[in-house]
Amino acid sequence: MSLKPATAEPRWVRTLLVAATLAFLGAFLVTPLLAVFVEAFRKGADAYFAGFADPAVRSAIRLTLLAAGIAVPVNLVFGLAAAWAVAKFEFPGKSLLTTLIDLPLAVSPVVSGLIYVLVFGLHGWLGGWLQAHGLQVIFAVPGIVLATMFVTVPFVARELIPLMQEQGTEDEESALTLGASGWQTFRRVTLPNVRWALLYGVILCNARAMGEFGAVSVVSGHIRGKTNTMPLQVEILYNEYNFVAAFAVASLLALLALVTLAAKTLVEWRMAAAPASVLIAGDEP
Amino acid sequence: MRWPKRQHSVLPGFGLTLGIAVVYLSLVALIPMAALFLRARGLGWDGYWETVTAPRVLAACRLSFGAAFIAAAINAVMGFVVAWTLVRYRFFGRRLIDALIDLPFALPTAVSGIALTTIYAPTGWLGRALEPWGIKAVFTPLGVVIALTFIGLPFVVRTLQPALEDLEADVEEAAASLGARRHQTLLRVILPAITPALLTGFALAFARALGEYGSVVFISGNLPGKTEIAPLLIVTQLEQYDYEGATAIAVLLLVVSFVMLLLINALQRWSGRRHARGA
Repeated sequence: MSLKPATAEPRWVRTLLVAATLAFLGAFLVTPLLAVFVEAFRKGADAYFAGFADPAVRSAIRLTLLAAGIAVPVNLVFGLAAAWAVAKFEFPGKSLLTTLIDLPLAVSPVVSGLIYVLVFGLHGWLGGWLQAHGLQVIFAVPGIVLATMFVTVPFVARELIPLMQEQGTEDEESALTLGASGWQTFRRVTLPNVRWALLYGVILCNARAMGEFGAVSVVSGHIRGKTNTMPLQVEILYNEYNFVAAFAVASLLALLALVTLAAKTLVEWRMAAAPASVLIAGDEP
Repeated sequence: MRWPKRQHSVLPGFGLTLGIAVVYLSLVALIPMAALFLRARGLGWDGYWETVTAPRVLAACRLSFGAAFIAAAINAVMGFVVAWTLVRYRFFGRRLIDALIDLPFALPTAVSGIALTTIYAPTGWLGRALEPWGIKAVFTPLGVVIALTFIGLPFVVRTLQPALEDLEADVEEAAASLGARRHQTLLRVILPAITPALLTGFALAFARALGEYGSVVFISGNLPGKTEIAPLLIVTQLEQYDYEGATAIAVLLLVVSFVMLLLINALQRWSGRRHARGA
């Protein structure tokens, strides 16, 4: 892009700003990322892979997959439902609902965990009842799943709502006029129209679900091999000065972050390239 | 409660989808949050005031608010430079850097925490460079600021980028043809146009930094009264079964979050109006 000289900065200013950007991002973004992998492989590949033989690490990986495996589909359904209601209809309280959907993003992760302790914990609202029935939520897997669900509530909905609002209701109305049922309209018209934004939301939702630390930490109780997710296992190994193992587990999470960023970039390119509206995807089975 | 009346629409599924959304949101978010406020009410006004003005709580809040403000301010300045460079200049690696901006969103906070601690430790890559100057980053308030700057960076850059892209070239050309020097155009034309976006980014970064936990606890060292942030104090009190103390601080953080959320919504409406006017 060539700017006209009158509205362009002198060459030295441009060089200075690019250098400042590279230095700042180098110090704040690139170095931490590199450090994770360098520290993980500090004692060689054998030590790196030995970290994953630990049963506690394996159980942490399983629990992380379980929590994300529940939280992501649930919030996918919620996101689609909320976006349909908010984007396709007018009703009082709509902007309040939209604000409330974003609320978990504004709440401190620690507070997100605390609210579940106050409901389900031993001294909480339902604590006595749960104990009488031999059920445990806090310091157990259900609490971890709940906390993960809470912190990932907004991700799918907030990607879908603006896009579906922009797309309006004309495509769906045409499909209904042509005799499609409500479900067919949703599946054949709405879903293809929002598929990239939906994928984008799911990617972000999954990254947060697998990486959540504060909220899960409060409800987990840190029972080794039982209630530790991968980020919590990283903390435990690090505090035990087992740095290679801590960074080995962290490197998996960092890889997940890199995959997330790559997928996000790809989806953004597809969204920019995608046609604004697909009326009926005729060649679909 | 009266069922919200919808305007006439031929599309089906309003009741079902709104029902799912409201019920799920209530169960997962609203009712548990109500539990927090009810618990705090048990303290009474005097008890609440006494709890949140205890010296340890005050010190934690001072550090949390202060460090979050400084980090957001650093991000407002450096985020502007980064966004400007990414939008206006073409250089090698620009697209890669652009994709990398979201790293603090994507990287789990515990991973950021241990990575930053390792780098800024006196033996670490960057800590070694600070040591001869007598600057200690790990286990000091500076470490807290570093972690919060890392966490807040994408908020400012991602809010500023679209605002800078929307700036019309002809406004700057007009300023230049009327005899404005480049720095005058920047201060009098460009900066006022992107002020709402800059403030929004600042507020988002500040709000996120205030509640941040994972990336801070490793680098801060958690010394009570010195490097203990408010979210960490909640965890500490919870571990000592001091539910009342934890609840009191949580309510304070939550109320500030609500206020920030409303402020950010207002700022976004303001910048939206600006864009609609074509400023």
